[in-house]
Amino acid sequence: MIQFNNVTKIYANGIKALNDITLRIRKGEFVFLVGPSGAGKSTLTKLLYREETPTRGQIIFDGKSLARVRPREVPYLRRKIGMVFQDFRLLPQKTVFENVAFALEVTGASNREIKKVVPVVLNLVSLMEKAESFPNYLSGGEQQRVCIARAIVNNPVLIIADEPTGNLDPDTSWDLMNLLLDINRRGTTIIMATHAWDIVDAMKKRVVALERGKIIRDEIKGVYSHEA
Amino acid sequence: MRLSTVRYYFREAFQSVWRNSWLSIASMGVVAVSLLILGSSLLLVVNANRIAQGLESSVEISVFIKDETIPDHVRNIKSEIEARPEVAGVEYVPKEQALKEMMANLGNDRDILAGLEEKNPLPDAFRIKTYTVDQVTPLAAWLESIAMVDQVRYGQGVVEKLLAVSRWVRTAGAVAMALLGIAAVFLIATTIRLSVFARRKEIGIMKFLGATNWFVRFPFLLEGMILGLAGSFVAVMVIYFGYFSLISNINLSLPFMQLVTERNLIITLMEGLLVLGLAIGATGSMISMRRFLKA
Repeated sequence: MIQFNNVTKIYANGIKALNDITLRIRKGEFVFLVGPSGAGKSTLTKLLYREETPTRGQIIFDGKSLARVRPREVPYLRRKIGMVFQDFRLLPQKTVFENVAFALEVTGASNREIKKVVPVVLNLVSLMEKAESFPNYLSGGEQQRVCIARAIVNNPVLIIADEPTGNLDPDTSWDLMNLLLDINRRGTTIIMATHAWDIVDAMKKRVVALERGKIIRDEIKGVYSHEA
Repeated sequence: MRLSTVRYYFREAFQSVWRNSWLSIASMGVVAVSLLILGSSLLLVVNANRIAQGLESSVEISVFIKDETIPDHVRNIKSEIEARPEVAGVEYVPKEQALKEMMANLGNDRDILAGLEEKNPLPDAFRIKTYTVDQVTPLAAWLESIAMVDQVRYGQGVVEKLLAVSRWVRTAGAVAMALLGIAAVFLIATTIRLSVFARRKEIGIMKFLGATNWFVRFPFLLEGMILGLAGSFVAVMVIYFGYFSLISNINLSLPFMQLVTERNLIITLMEGLLVLGLAIGATGSMISMRRFLKA
């Protein structure tokens, strides 16, 4: 479903974030992106939702070359991708329900559709009773679950999670991982960039390790690091 | 476009107007002032043209006859003038009648003419009316060529002056309006820029959620249009009620002034101002968005 063919990304300031990356991710996979800060994890995800375009090479997503996606088609590409961030990026002046509904609103969904779909998704992340709360009154774990609810409400084929457990304590992190696993089992492809080695080691999923813009390791049922 | 989306656009736009209320009021004010100036100068021009038309239709040629002309010749001239096809009417005004009319016009100040009956300095004259205004100048030229004619006068100068005034008002109004209009556009652009800035986080979120550019932009465009429309609405109300109260006052004190009172014409003018206000607002937000909401 996702194919990076010899992709290189050099930013305007001359920094080579990705160097000749070739990577293939099948539908329904759960992939960890690991590596030190600045290794190119974020750049790789930004290329996927076309926040950035590659300097060289080709990216194919869902059967289409991203180079062929015209600027005005980019929003429709992004509706196929759910985004989860370390800092949640929720709208503080909207309730939990409204935050999740917002993802549907921007796609022009009808009120009836919103009223039907949002409760289902909120139940899935066990936040139905907090629907009318505002994000600032929720714990970090709850906020991240809102974020996940917002990411999946459009039925995306891919979820990109950029250090989703970065701001969470260990127990909450595991709840979140179980939620992501659950979503993955329903067929959604998940790419998760992370520094949480304990989670990576315990999950026994595919691990792609990046360092200085290169893939240094790509293992099925991998671990965070082979070094002590 | 779905109804819920339209509702969303309006809700966001009005919220933004409310949040930046001071700047919103300022931009509405500038739109109002610039359109107020435009509207009043337009009304002035329309009225000046109307008065000029009224004067043109009552233009009369006065032909003063040399004092030494004998009455027989005067009669000859009169029939010669009457024979011209463009002449609608000729009236002979002997000097005695001219003096009486002058005294009547002066009313209480007639004393300054006292004693002139003995040695009347006024000439005998013809008053000639033509069928149309454009016949006045050529006819006047022909009248001047008659030997016994001393002087030919007609109101062309007044009409020209009035038209010149209306032209001047039009130019000055257009310049003032253009400058203020540009100021209004940029003030609205600033207002929109601020509300874009205040909501940059939200815009970022909308973009990764897959909102189209127009979905992001439309509330801001609407916000600009609301500001422009509100400003022009204020201007229209002030002009409309101000003008009609002015008319009723003038009709009482200066009944001979022929002002434009057709409501339809005024309303068309006001509609134009509203559309212009809307356009100013839309232009302002487009300028802002071209810079700040690139794809």
